[in-house]
Amino acid sequence: MARVLLFGRLADQAGWRDRSVEAGDLSALRAALAAEDAGLGEALAAPGVQVAVDKVLVRGEASLAAGAEVAFLPPMSGG
Amino acid sequence: MKIVLTDRPFEPGALVTAFCADRAETGAVATFVGLARAEQGQAAALELEAYPGFTEAAIGEIAAQAVARFHLQDVQVVHRVGRIAPGEAIVFVATAAGHRREAFEACDFLMDYLKSRAPFWKKEHGPDGARWIEPTDRDRTDAQRWD
Repeated sequence: MARVLLFGRLADQAGWRDRSVEAGDLSALRAALAAEDAGLGEALAAPGVQVAVDKVLVRGEASLAAGAEVAFLPPMSGG
Repeated sequence: MKIVLTDRPFEPGALVTAFCADRAETGAVATFVGLARAEQGQAAALELEAYPGFTEAAIGEIAAQAVARFHLQDVQVVHRVGRIAPGEAIVFVATAAGHRREAFEACDFLMDYLKSRAPFWKKEHGPDGARWIEPTDRDRTDAQRWD
């Protein structure tokens, strides 16, 4: 199971900000989320949305260890 | 070097006093305090979201860059998260250096990063509901001065 975190407008759109999803890699995780909520799947794949695995930004695909923390980060606003 | 996120109001004067204590070799401390604006009633409150752990690490990386670039002796960043009322302090930056130019410039550099690129998500609550805010063009060009 991976722990999925959503931030900013992505969390508002999904209606949740923290949940567990069964997935062995990032593309399976995206597919699982999109199967449940197509609009969210699209928003997560939109340009400008960054992904961090265990608090480190990743580009492209990544495998996920059990208990990995995957965060979807919309464009950062600054403080 | 100290990076703090807090969901409680903080008192900038107390932070300056503590930051200045016991500095025999520091000639200059520059500080900046950012406040939440009411925007003529358009902003009843700001809501700031951070990613705990990730956000401090990202700010810490930029603070370490500032230390190296401006030969700082010390730096501190305190940043609010959660709901912030107009007039409350959002951000406090303090830099300590041997001489003033480095302290001023490092403070400016850190604020340009914090205002445009730091991992926060900002929502403004106003009379017509809430909206997510992204950096302005001015914020971006300010930050580009240091690239």
